[in-house]
Amino acid sequence: MGKIEAHVAAPLDTPFTMGGETFRSRLLVGTGKYRDFAQTRDAIEASGAQIVTVAIRRTNIGQDPDQPSLLDVLDPQRYTILPNTAGCYSAFEAVRTLRLARELLDGHNLVKLEVLGSQATLFPNMPETLMAAKQLVADGFRVMVYCSDDPVQARMLEDIGCVAIMPLASLIGSGMGILNPWNLRIIIDEAQVPVIVDAGVGTASDAAIAMELGCDGVLMNTAIAMAGDPVRMAAAMGQAVSAGRNAFLAGRMARKPYQASASSPTEGLID
Amino acid sequence: MKVPISLNGQPRELPAPWHIADLVADLGFTGKRVAVEVNGEIVPKSRYGSTCLAVDDRVEVVIAVGGG
Repeated sequence: MGKIEAHVAAPLDTPFTMGGETFRSRLLVGTGKYRDFAQTRDAIEASGAQIVTVAIRRTNIGQDPDQPSLLDVLDPQRYTILPNTAGCYSAFEAVRTLRLARELLDGHNLVKLEVLGSQATLFPNMPETLMAAKQLVADGFRVMVYCSDDPVQARMLEDIGCVAIMPLASLIGSGMGILNPWNLRIIIDEAQVPVIVDAGVGTASDAAIAMELGCDGVLMNTAIAMAGDPVRMAAAMGQAVSAGRNAFLAGRMARKPYQASASSPTEGLID
Repeated sequence: MKVPISLNGQPRELPAPWHIADLVADLGFTGKRVAVEVNGEIVPKSRYGSTCLAVDDRVEVVIAVGGG
């Protein structure tokens, strides 16, 4: 007697479209804090991410030009390179940085805006963020924007024309997880553009929780790069984002506090 | 004649005439992904060969690095 083989594929997801482009993976990853470029490359490969963030910095004068650069390891033909404005504390600096990035990436205009307001907490400076977003949208950029989890300011960013709203789940690099799912839900419910949790994820279950809330994607760096085994954690994050997304699409069962309900038949028990 | 400029915030003296292409070559980044700004204005790659650096120019040369 042969076994009956089940071949039920997971139902297809709806396309993840942002700024006019469609992506297969809902996990976005950073490229900082890795041991070396080989580990960066392997972790990103294992994560399945298509959108990969980079920072823009001055060349180190006198650095060895024969050393490979990050973009030798991450082919812009293969990955969507998302330049960020990490380390910028004013709209002026952020806009300047992204104009340089656009030149560096041959006119590629999908960018991650972040304007920080506190060196201790890396919380965003929202007035400067709003100002920079306006200038960048007017200048033809497609702006994905790191922001606080304030639904009103998230709506303002959407009204300005940002292509994705990216509220923090907790402090950048802290791994504290999803601290205010209630606010994230409000932002998700109100937004007409993709909502991506950016910052704060610590482990795979955090990524799954973000996706179960209905986020369109999750962006992370430290949770992978600072894991004991970054490549394995990258794979776990890809699976968690996928699992969380499927759970959201499936719709969870209703919570029934204090109401136990057996799944096995209550009749036919052996006396 | 030497031309004093600021390169990535550091003082630097260049021979004259020097084009941006010469500076990029000197840094070892010819053909690599960089972006150049002179006095706050982006200089497109197509103009590296024709843009001369002048006294007291503030030049920034940037690359992409790991970041989140």
